[in-house]
Parts: sequence; structure tokens; C-alpha cells
Amino acid sequence: MVTVRLNVNGVAHEGRCEPRKLLVDFIREDLGLTGTHVGCEHGICGACTIMFNGEAARSCIMLAVQADGAELATVEGLMRDGKLHPLQEAFREHHGLQCGFCTPGMLMTALDFLRTNPAPSDREIREGISAVLCRCTGYQGIVNAVRAAAPILASGR
Amino acid sequence: MSETRWIGKSVKRVEDARLLTGRGTYIDDHPPVANACHAAIVRSPLPHAVIRGYDLSAALALDGVVGAITGEDVARHTKPFSVGVTAPIHYYCAATDRVRFVGEPVVVVVAKNRYVAEDAAELVQVDYDPLPVVLDPERALDSTAPVLHQAVGSNLAGHRRLVYGEPERAFREADVVLSERFSFPKYGSTPIETYGVIARWDPLDGVCTVWSNFMGPFIMHPLTARVLGLAENKLRFIVPTDIGGSFGIKSSIYPYIALMALAAMRLGVPVKWIEDRREHLLASSSGTDRVAYREVAACRDGTILGMRFKWLDNVGGYIRSPEPGCSFRPTGNFVGPYRFQHLEVDASVVMTNKSLTGPNRGYACGHLYFETEGMMDRLADRLGLDPVEVRRKNLVQPDQFPYRTPTGGLYDSGDYPAVFDKALELARYDELRREQAKARAGGRYFGIGLALAVDPSVSNMGYVATALDPQFRAKPEYLPKSGAVDAATIKIDPLGRVIAILGTTPQGQGHQTVVSQIVADELGLAPQDVTVVDEMDTFTRVWSISSGTYSSRFGSVGTSAVALAARKLKAKLVDYGAHLMELPVASLEFRDGAVRPRSGKGPSYSIKDLAGRAHWNTESLPEGMEPALQATAVFGFTVAKAVDAEDRVNSSNTYGFIAEVMAVEVDPETAAIKILRYVTVHDAGTIINPMIAEGQIYGGALHGLGGALYEELAYDEHGQFLTGTFMDYLVPTASEAPPIDIAHIVSPSPLTPLGSKGLGESSSMTVPAVIANAVSDALAPLGIWINELPMTPSKLWTAMDRARRAGAPTVRTGVSEPLASFSGHPRPKPASRTPLP
Amino acid sequence: MKPPKFEYHAPTTLDEAIAALGRYGGDAKVLAGGQSLMPLLNFRLARPAALVDLNRIASLAYIREQDGQVRFGAMTRQRTIEFSPVVAQRLPLLKEATRWVGHLPIRTRGTIGGSIAHADPSAEYPAVLAALEGEVVARGATGDRVIRAADLFQTYLTTNLAPDEILTEVRLPAMPAGAGYALEEFARRHGDFAIVGIAAVVVREGQRCTMARLATAGAGPVPVRLRAAEEILEREGLGDAAIAAAARRATELVDPDADIHASADYRRHLAGVLTKRALTRAIGVARG
Ligand SMILES: Cc1cc2nc3c(=O)[nH]c(=O)nc-3n(C[C@H](O)[C@H](O)[C@H](O)COP(=O)(O)OP(=O)(O)OC[C@H]3O[C@@H](n4cnc5c(N)ncnc54)[C@H](O)[C@@H]3O)c2cc1C
Ligand code: FES
Ligand code: FES
Repeated sequence: MVTVRLNVNGVAHEGRCEPRKLLVDFIREDLGLTGTHVGCEHGICGACTIMFNGEAARSCIMLAVQADGAELATVEGLMRDGKLHPLQEAFREHHGLQCGFCTPGMLMTALDFLRTNPAPSDREIREGISAVLCRCTGYQGIVNAVRAAAPILASGR
Repeated sequence: MSETRWIGKSVKRVEDARLLTGRGTYIDDHPPVANACHAAIVRSPLPHAVIRGYDLSAALALDGVVGAITGEDVARHTKPFSVGVTAPIHYYCAATDRVRFVGEPVVVVVAKNRYVAEDAAELVQVDYDPLPVVLDPERALDSTAPVLHQAVGSNLAGHRRLVYGEPERAFREADVVLSERFSFPKYGSTPIETYGVIARWDPLDGVCTVWSNFMGPFIMHPLTARVLGLAENKLRFIVPTDIGGSFGIKSSIYPYIALMALAAMRLGVPVKWIEDRREHLLASSSGTDRVAYREVAACRDGTILGMRFKWLDNVGGYIRSPEPGCSFRPTGNFVGPYRFQHLEVDASVVMTNKSLTGPNRGYACGHLYFETEGMMDRLADRLGLDPVEVRRKNLVQPDQFPYRTPTGGLYDSGDYPAVFDKALELARYDELRREQAKARAGGRYFGIGLALAVDPSVSNMGYVATALDPQFRAKPEYLPKSGAVDAATIKIDPLGRVIAILGTTPQGQGHQTVVSQIVADELGLAPQDVTVVDEMDTFTRVWSISSGTYSSRFGSVGTSAVALAARKLKAKLVDYGAHLMELPVASLEFRDGAVRPRSGKGPSYSIKDLAGRAHWNTESLPEGMEPALQATAVFGFTVAKAVDAEDRVNSSNTYGFIAEVMAVEVDPETAAIKILRYVTVHDAGTIINPMIAEGQIYGGALHGLGGALYEELAYDEHGQFLTGTFMDYLVPTASEAPPIDIAHIVSPSPLTPLGSKGLGESSSMTVPAVIANAVSDALAPLGIWINELPMTPSKLWTAMDRARRAGAPTVRTGVSEPLASFSGHPRPKPASRTPLP
Repeated sequence: MKPPKFEYHAPTTLDEAIAALGRYGGDAKVLAGGQSLMPLLNFRLARPAALVDLNRIASLAYIREQDGQVRFGAMTRQRTIEFSPVVAQRLPLLKEATRWVGHLPIRTRGTIGGSIAHADPSAEYPAVLAALEGEVVARGATGDRVIRAADLFQTYLTTNLAPDEILTEVRLPAMPAGAGYALEEFARRHGDFAIVGIAAVVVREGQRCTMARLATAGAGPVPVRLRAAEEILEREGLGDAAIAAAARRATELVDPDADIHASADYRRHLAGVLTKRALTRAIGVARG
């Protein structure tokens, strides 16, 4: 067993687990943050995407022990002062989700993408979010949401 | 008619707040029972083998393992599931004596967590005697093929020859007869959330409770109770509020419900099983792969006289209900939007050593229209007509509604020519043809495809009996089947706020939002005044065997139940108001959230007012009025009738229409397909929330595109599965998704209170056809017809390369095998570019 | 899909890491970005006795210029490379190739050392290493050795690194200023490994080609340098006829396999098409 101390959404946590425990399982089971989802456990679907030290990464192909000392952000931490984050707001406005299962990973991926590319073209948005599979939306609502959120996030920076 | 202030508006979804903030309640999120143990399933590594024995000793010795159940337990303690055919096929929730596909469940190991359960699963030894394998449905019917089920004697699970009208005569009298062989791939739903089941057994009260992301139909509840040997009222199914997508596949989870319930009952612990992606691809469910032989008989002017379908549907190692829906689900709309009256359908349901099949978005309609629309283009080509003209000539006309199809379908409403025209206009069809001429002159492969489809919603349970012989159905002990019902309850609390309670199982369709719109309109409220509770629980909800969220049924039958419940309640409020005002009921109406005199003069009673009085002072109620402001309505379609002696059945209840135009360009060097324009026009009756409706269309279209270009559950010739990862099974990403031009035409259904129909499956059923036709058109200069999906660049390039090496074509050939002949009929001339003599 | 049990070590120095590897006599595996190894563990297709995690060895992440080369610590993330000004200036081909490696969240973790050590025949970095005639440094118990690209890749997912060796550095010669470059790739979906990819570099003097480099991804068990095709350009210049001849030659130089995504013939054909496209684009951006 190993001890994992980390900070998630600004809150310090500590847990003990086997070295083989996947980070996503640790987040969901040990920390009770079930907003981060599991869709494939081999790095392709992106449902488990979180911010790891400020950058989007797949939590299903990382070990919990690797997150010892790290700063994580998950979908639960996006709201501020009881208000939806502008990207969340845009997803709602533009019907960027249906079942919502891909959504947490999609949000984290899109946030990181917009940080590295604050004024993307539609083609770039599609490329950026192609990191996450969504089976419901056909992606159009998501593309619209990310496009709409881009200038808002850029101006808030 | 009440005002529709909210129906027809793109009201933002109430579901979104929780789903965007990580507070959804999916099956894997909130353990409903403490101390659940975790299951891992040992699956067959072989496609076909006899099970000689099990050795569980090493697995059971592992620290943290609670126990295991094997096929022996399954055989001893459960019954096989009922199947939809009469052949003696014993389908248990796990393999008992033989395995028949790679991935079939063999043993369940239960441990303190999933990691240990998987460790233990690896230690389970199963002794197999391999058997020969068959994968191809045509080969499986060969007398020399290995037989999967000895008791059946062959691999034919069922066969029906359905004859409507006089197809023989139609083919005799035709000016032109064309034939083609098609093959449709095995692809799946792959929701991003996999299956999940949690089972708890309480030996004292004898109740087994199962939480799962099962989507219905709830006919599977009584059938599962039977399998487990439980009384129906001792088996409780609960479906959490949020399901992470389904698209048909989560109707096939029920064997795992039985399996985990059995594990919980045998091992005495609550058992949780979350399917992993490998298991999902390997063994959950998929649409059938099909080999189809098609013939069309037509007049010189393009009028279709009749068609012949010959299908071999591959349902895998067993037949699992609701199969053989693959063949019969679309019975009422076999003829699509066309008027021809003579049809012969020869459907063989074949078992092979592949995984099992079931509903996948557009249940069997993707197959149907891929073939039919492909034939329409071949006919146009043969007759030297524009594909638009051939279709127009044969469309059901607006004055023919309600239209009874030769196969028993009752198309409730529509204006097919108007929808088609709108699609052509939006696509600027004539301009596209001019562009095409230019592109072709420059040696480019530019193609335009069309596809039309009748979009059936709300299956009538009665269709399943089409699989049975009429003689069998005529026996006195046979119970006819029919129906499509849904229920809703609405209650008004003492302060006048409303709660609507559903037993549907939405998987992202926004039922809570849609219901809040309907109730708001009916009761003169705002949607935010209506709280919608949606969590299926067979112990507390009003439900019936057809309940569930499948077959695009909510937009049609579910919304109808809600509207009726609201109207019942409204009528009660008017009665109550009349009593309070001492006025005749007929002089009052419910308008703008209050009971008012029709004259507009005099006092009115608001909902809030009435609710307060009714709850606080039951004495104020008129005599005989039930003291509750609550109404439950169950809506059922009266047009859902059992199949008749001539095999005619109205297999769905409402029927929309889809017209699509797609322009593509095929890269001459890489064979990559680029979608240049894609237009889809839908008539789904009244649209309650356009935003949600369009979302369904986008999703459906991309699912169809996946099947057409990317996705296939593939096996090697030994029956080993090749696509067990998302690196091999290619779900399209945002970069593959084309922009879509969507438009609607509204022909309200006369059968539903709101005029709505369903559209959840929508373009998933047309995209395979429209893109295959577009690519065929693009490659016409090479003489290539697409008759096989998915169109991978590698396959397409091989066909193009072969055609180019062979020189300029006069006869167009298929991408796959050469055209095979339609069995039993003389082989007609293949479609060709040369005009008729 | 949970990994099997393993022992776990997260040394903070390279020496400790080498020592840890040595203790398991070939049964331990190095964990870099984990973007290839972790899926294999989750599928239980890999079952090492131990993992030696390099992520806490800070000295393995760097990009520096030395002796006309750009040198990358093995643990340099693909994402760092994507946004590195040095890479943009000295190795624009590597920057372009990086954009083809999976997706941004994959590149957050994936490393240059891991990508090369993993030796996926369809991966982009090995093709770039081959095209640029780079080399890697491996350290084992007995010290460092430098391995040339041509010697490194043996067959599918196999390099000549010993099990107790760690790839510590990747060295790529800076591209000549003004060199034209392109990486053309054909994949079925965005972000997938290539069905076939071609990396091209050309140095031109007018219509003359003083140096051509072509290397493949996905066209055989290891990246293939298309030397005979390069020679056509170096001999005949950069005209359309030479490009076409080089593309034709490329199809003869590769020996691809078939899988569910593509037939061998199609891959061979693509090698030609993409060679033409890569050269055309490379020539278009070449100065001189
Ligand atoms: C969704 C997805 C898409 C991807 N798409 C692409 C793509 O298009 N193109 C592409 O090239 N890659 C792709 N990858 C793989 C990715 O680039 C990986 O980062 C890379 O292949 C391995 O690098 P890593 O640092 O993650 O190594 P790891 O996964 O940690 O290790 C891989 C292997 O290399 C060994 N190894 C790692 N580092 C060293 C070292 N320093 N010394 C010795 N041995 C070492 C490990 O022991 C292991 O066997 C994709 C991955 C995913 C999940
Ligand atoms: S669950 Fe991590 S990428 Fe799919
Ligand atoms: S919203 Fe359902 S998977 Fe994306």
C-alpha cells in the first residue's frame, strides 16, 4: 500500500491504496468525486480526462500513486461562487451534451485546448475535441459551445 | 386546445446543471447498497467449444475473493430465456455446456474489489474441447457447416417467407428487373457508459433488487423473474435517473441482470458489475451483419411494380430477444415511402460463432434503406432517369394518408413530396449536378446521393410474432400480442407547484425538460414550476411490458401520456372550480393557469388557490371527488394490433419521414471520402423542443456514418475477435463529423394528443444509404456500385484500382464479390450505364 | 480492465532507476508517460514484476542545443516539444510530427523517449528519428552507449535496448536553415496512429536538391528510410518527374503488412501517394 497526498480542486486529500490503483478509480472511489467518468480504461475515449498540474490528461492511464503531490482539477471544481463556469454555461446554451457521460472529460479537454488556442477556427475546435468521444451529440453542439466560449474565456484571462 | 407557449421552443435542459457539474447519478456513481462486492466475468477465449469442466480452486483461494458461480450453477438454478422463435434454442445467462462465441460468459468471480476479482478471474481454469467454427451466415446454412445447437439440427434459428400482393405477377409483367447483393456490417451502439448491474438479494423477504442501466422494454422484467424462479413482485428493477447513452444496446443487458442476481442469491452478498470496454465490444450486443439479395421489378417509366428481399441475418451464437427483430421490426414499413404493392420477403435468421445481436439505433432500418435506396439508384441508372424522378414517381402521395401499406403498416400522416422537395432545394440539387458535370470533366470523383426513409417510431409489441408461422399463431393456446403504452403521473402540491413522475429510462434525450414544457403549457405554468422525477422502479412506477425508452417512443407515446395526465388533472380542476363558483362546468375553462368563466367575466381560481383549498380543506371538494390533486394517465395506441393471418402488422405506431441529399468527393489517390454537403429534412410531426430534436438528428447521423465508414465488429477466419479496443473499433470523432443542414416539415400525427412522433433514431437509418449512393455516384465513371459497408479507404481503393486497371467500364460491379444471383430466380442483367433498348 | 499487481519504484535519480531495473533482471518495466504502457497493463497484456517510474527524475526532462544537435531528455513531454521555440526553429519537422501524435491530453503525458522506446511501427517520432538520422543515448549498468536510428529499431515494438537499459536522451541534428519539410499522414480518424505516414526533408539550391530525406511510418515493422527514392531527387532535382519517380520508387522500397485497417497493397500505394504529397509540400516551403 502507498500513501497518496494530493490537492483536488483546491482541497487537500490523503488516501492509501495499492500502487496499481488507477488514478481515475482513486478519484471516484477513494475521494468520492464521481463526476470524472470511466469509458474505456485505455486512453481513447477521454471520459476520464482531468487537469493534472494544470494540463488535461487521462486519469485512466495514470496511477494514483503518480499523483502524489500533484494538483488536480476535476469537473466538480469548475463552478465558482455557485455559478456555472462560462464553458459549462456555453455547453448548456448550445446543447453540448445529451447523456452527459462524456461531458466532464469534454469540458476539461476543451478548457485546456482553449488555453493553448484561445481563438480557434472550427476545424481546430474539431481537432481539439476529437480527443474525446461523444456518442450522443454528433459533436455539433459541442463545437458551437466551444466556439461561443472562446472569446469569453480569452477576455477573462 | 391549450396555448403552446413552451411546446416548440428550444427550452434549455434542466438535466444539464447536474450533468455539467459532475453530479449525475449514473449506475457506477452512487452505491445504493453498502459493501457491494465486485464481479468479474470469465469469458470464453474460444468461438466454439464444449466445456469439460472448471477448476476454481486457485481463484477461490485468493485473498479477498468471496466466491464464484459457473455455468453449472446457471444450469441448475435458472431457466433459459424465452426466445422469439420456435426452434429449441436454450439461451441461458451464461454458457452451460458449450460456448458459442468468443467472450461468452462462463464463470463469475466475486471479490472485495474489481482488481482482485480480475486477478481471480485469471486464475479460473476452464477445460474446453474446441469445435469447428462458422462465421458467415451463408456458409452456416451449408449442410456441411458445424451446427451450433444440436437440438435445432441446423444453424437456422428461424425462417419466414412473407408474400404480400402478387410479386410473381409483378416480376412477370415488369419491363425491367434488376438484382443486387448487399452486405451490411456488424456494428454496435458503443455508448460511452458501458453496462452496469448491482444486485441485492434479501432472503428474508424474498426480494431481489437489481439496479442497472437497463432501458427497457420491461417485458424483460417478467421474463427475467421466470428465469430466476422468482415471482414478479419479488423482483425489483430500478434504473437510475442518468444513463450514459444507449442507442439500443442497453435493452440487451438483461442476461447480465439475471447473472448478477444469481450471483447475489448464491453468494449471499450484494454484487456490483460494471462492464469494461473490452467486454462491451466483445460481447454486449450489436446490430446483425446481413447478406441481402434484392430484386426490383419496374416499368420502363420508373414505376416500381414489386420487390423481392432475401435476407440472411446473422444473430450470432444464440438468438436473444427481441431478435429476430432484425428481420421483422420494420415489417409495416418494408416498402418505405413507396407505393408498390407486391413484395416477397424471404428472411433467414442464422446463428454463427459471433457475439449476439439486438437493437442498435434504427433497429434494422439502416439495413433496409441501404438496400432499397441502393436499388432505387440502380433502377434510375438502368432506365437513364434522374434518381430524383424515379423516387418521385413512386412516393406515397399526401392525399393517401392515413396510408395502409401492403405489409400492414398504417402511415399516420405526411407529405413526402414536400419533404423531398425541401431537401433538394436546400441542397441546391441542380447546382450540385452542374458542379458534378464540371468535376467529372476534370477527372474528379464527385457524387450526389439521395435517400428517403419512413422513420417508424414506437414499436408495436405485436411485430415480434411475425417471426412465427401463421399456423402456429392460429393455435388456440397461442396468445396474440400487441400494444405500445406509456404512463405518467402528475401531482399538484399544496402551494400549486407541480411534480410529474415518469417511469421512462432516458439516456440523454432530455425527458425532464420536454415533460416540463408539456405540463407547463397544459397547466399554464412555466417549465421551472414543474419538477420532473424520472427514475424507473418496477415497485413504484406505473408500467407495462412495453415500458422503457426505446424505438423512438418517448416523443410519441410518452409525451402523450403526460399530456393526457395533465388534461385529466385540468378537468378535475375545472370540476372543482365549478363547484366552488357554483357555475356549470360547461361555462368554465382552464386558461392561463386558472379556472375562469368562458365569458371572461367574473372571478377566477388559480391553480395555487385551488391546490391550497383542495389540500387544506377537503370538505370544499364536491361530493364524490377523490381528495387528491393527482392524475395518472396511461396512453396506448389503438392502432397497435396483432399480426394478422396474412402476416400484415402495423409494426410501429407513428411514422415520420426523412429525405436526405449528400454530396461527396472521393480522393482518386487515397480513396478518402470527403463530405461536401449533407442535407437532412425530417417530418416528425409536432416538434416539442427543436434544440433537443436537432441534437438527436446530429447524433443519429454520426452513428450512421460510423457504420457506413468506420465501425465494424470484426473477426478473423478462426472466429477470434479483432476489434476489442477503441483503437480498432473506430467511433467517429469531431473531426470526422460533417456539418449538417437540418430542416423540418410538420405533419402532426392524428394519433397523438400533441401531434408528435418520435425521431430518436432518425438519420442513423438513412446515412448508410445516402453516403453509399453518393459514393456510387462519384465512382460511376469507374463502374463501381457500393454494395458493402463499411467503405474503408482500403477496400474502396482496391475496387477503384481494379476498375482502373480493367479500363473504362460498361457494366458496373460491386465493391465486394461479383454480383451473385438471387436464388430461385433467373439471374437478370446487371445494372449498366447503357440505356434500355 | 485493471492492471495486475506489480511492485512500484519512483526513483529520483537515473542511477537509482538503473539499479532498480537491474534488481529485477529484465522483469521490470520503465514507466514514462504511460500512454502506451498503461493501456497494455490495463488489458493485462503486459505483466511486469515491477514498474520503475521515471516521472520523478527531473534531470531527464530538458531540451538543449549542443554540437549542431537538439538534445531531448527522454522524459521531455510531447506537449513541451509541441510548444518549444527551439523545436519550432531548429526542428520544424518534429513540431509538425508532434501535432499528429494522438491528442493534446495524450501529449501532456507522452514522452519522446517513451515514443521511441516503444517503437510502434506506425508512430511518428521513430519516422522523424529515421528521417533526420538522429541517435539515442542508452544507459545501462555499464554506462552509456549511443545508438543510431538505423540500428535502434529491430521489429514491431522492439528496439535493441536491453531490458535493464534506459533510453536517456534523444539527439536530432538541427535541420539546415531553409530546409523544406513535411509530414504527410493518412489515418482513418483524427489522432489515430498512421495507416501510413511519410516524413520528408529537402534542402534545395534552385531546382537542385542537395539533400533529400524520406522515412516511413506504418509501412513495415520498423520505420523505413527510402534512400533509393531520396537519391532520385538528389540526382534529378525537384521537378515533377523526379517527384513522381521518387514516389514510384517508394512503393517498391516498402514491405508493409495487412491488418484490419488496410491491406498491404493499399499501404504500399499510400507510401507512394504520401511521398509525392510530402515532397511537394516540403519543396514548397524550402528556401534556397
Ligand atoms: C489515444 C492515444 C492516441 C495515441 N496516438 C498516437 C499517435 O498517433 N502516434 C504516436 O506516435 N503515438 C500515439 N500514442 C502513443 C503515445 O504517443 C505514447 O506517448 C508513446 O507511444 C509512448 O510514450 P510514453 O512516454 O507514454 O511511454 P510509456 O507508455 O510509458 O512506455 C512505452 C514503452 O516504452 C518503454 N519506455 C518508455 N520510456 C523509456 C525509456 N526512457 N527507456 C527505456 N524504455 C522506455 C516502456 O517501458 C514501455 O515499454 C497514442 C496514445 C493514446 C493513448
Ligand atoms: S476512460 Fe480514460 S480515456 Fe477512456
Ligand atoms: S453526451 Fe452522451 S456521450 Fe457525449
